[in-house]
Amino acid sequence: MPPALLEVESLTKRFGGFMALHEVTIHVQAGERFGLIGPNGSGKTTLINCVSGSLPIDGGHIRFEGREISALPPHRRTRLGIVRSFQIPKPFGSMTVLENLEIPLEYAAHERSDAADADAMEILRSIGLEGKAHLRPAGLTQIEMRKLELARAIAARPKLLISDEAMAGLSHAEVDDILAILFRLNERGITIIMIEHIMRAVMRFSERIVVLDAGERIAEGTPDEIVRHPGVEKAYLGE
Amino acid sequence: MRRTGGILLVGAAVVVAGILLASLRVNPYFYFAGYVILQYIVIATAWNILGGYAGYVNFGTPAFFALGAYTAVFLIQSVRPPLPVLILAGGLVSALLGLGIGYLTLRLRGVFFSIATLALSIVLQTMIVNWEFVGGSRGLSVIRPGGPPFGNYVTFLFTVMVLLAVVAVVTARFIERSWIGRGLAALRDNEEAAECMGVPTLRLKLFATTISGFLLGVAGAPFPYYVTFVDPNSAFSLDYAVNALAMPMIGGTTSWVGPVVGAVLLGTAQQLATVTISSEMNLFIVGVVLVAFVVLAPEGILGLVRRLRRR
Repeated sequence: MPPALLEVESLTKRFGGFMALHEVTIHVQAGERFGLIGPNGSGKTTLINCVSGSLPIDGGHIRFEGREISALPPHRRTRLGIVRSFQIPKPFGSMTVLENLEIPLEYAAHERSDAADADAMEILRSIGLEGKAHLRPAGLTQIEMRKLELARAIAARPKLLISDEAMAGLSHAEVDDILAILFRLNERGITIIMIEHIMRAVMRFSERIVVLDAGERIAEGTPDEIVRHPGVEKAYLGE
Repeated sequence: MRRTGGILLVGAAVVVAGILLASLRVNPYFYFAGYVILQYIVIATAWNILGGYAGYVNFGTPAFFALGAYTAVFLIQSVRPPLPVLILAGGLVSALLGLGIGYLTLRLRGVFFSIATLALSIVLQTMIVNWEFVGGSRGLSVIRPGGPPFGNYVTFLFTVMVLLAVVAVVTARFIERSWIGRGLAALRDNEEAAECMGVPTLRLKLFATTISGFLLGVAGAPFPYYVTFVDPNSAFSLDYAVNALAMPMIGGTTSWVGPVVGAVLLGTAQQLATVTISSEMNLFIVGVVLVAFVVLAPEGILGLVRRLRRR
């Protein structure tokens, strides 16, 4: 087996006396659709913050394409190809939707600003937001805001896209809409880590799932194996 | 590129116009008042690079301005170099201070950053008050060098300030329209998202604080020759802190035009009030106008104009 695209080895993260992540090990293969689930407070978002660089780690290693990245600032990791979207959308409010995409195109994908314009429009078309290109984010609906969040991440030209609860609070049809976008991205060779509470979506999307509970990895397997795993049920529902 | 050439041409034209104005020999008061307004164009523009573009509100403008002025005083007291050297030195020392507060942004954001800059101003003033070589608390008389290149010294300083204002505005305009300006806007809107989209936020913030500090120091460096008497109370005046913030807010913070419009309007109003009513009316006017704008037109005059155009 070739070395994994993302290798998280014995990652430990503490907040004061609270152990948010304890010796978590996760390997994500190139091209994989990877699901990360767990009850609220299990450390999913903390793990993502450590991988993307928003939080310093207290122990362990994070390697991307075989290279140790745990000391790099977030923007350097983005330029290497690790791009995350935020659970609560964080658009650039003073810019139009199009300009929102031009920031990662220019800064992460190093495109010239005149080429960025056309490429940003192309991405918006692929995600169904081209009609809103010249609006400010404040004028978008909830689903459009999520799409903008994804579109902006795509504009950074990721090798690994981490989608942090991109579907929370969306309707059935809207979830399918976002899922279709993620499937298309994966077909184009982008590895995707999906963090999600909507089981229907994660189970359908993921090839492999890791379950976190209270900062520890409690299970790993295909969606079918995870559903049957006794520890997972206990983590979600209690004894 | 052609547009950059255009703005440089306009800048040169403004400087030439300034020199012509200086040779008109009208009532000297006009040059005196004009100098103050031009100085505020530099200050407001410099403040806006950090406060408007990057969204870090600096209450410590007096610290940077006075550091420029006192660097000049120190040099005049020791080696007495020509004016361009004073301006460059004042700018560089304030730029260093700017770089320093840039590192503060690692830990302090929003209102906490602003409070720290305010404290910085107080700390620096205390140090100057206790430094006898530059006049201490009593202040110091400065003798202007004889024989300016043209006109008398006030009209000469007026022309110098025209040049500095042009340099400041052209710099701000360049930053605003470059990739740097777009990155600063991104980090102003959301610093975490900007960093995650590949924007090197720390480096851009350090750039903004350093350039802003440099231009504020540049504005302060000719001050000793302008007033000929420098004391901590005038160099660290609260006026600078309030005006530096009020002028861009009134003009509009998102474009280089805003601080210029704000400085010209507010600066002129203050000069008129000083002559016609009383010098105490200065800050009163600023306060009232600022409150009115923050409530009625938070995006300043530029925002108002844009809104009217869209209708």
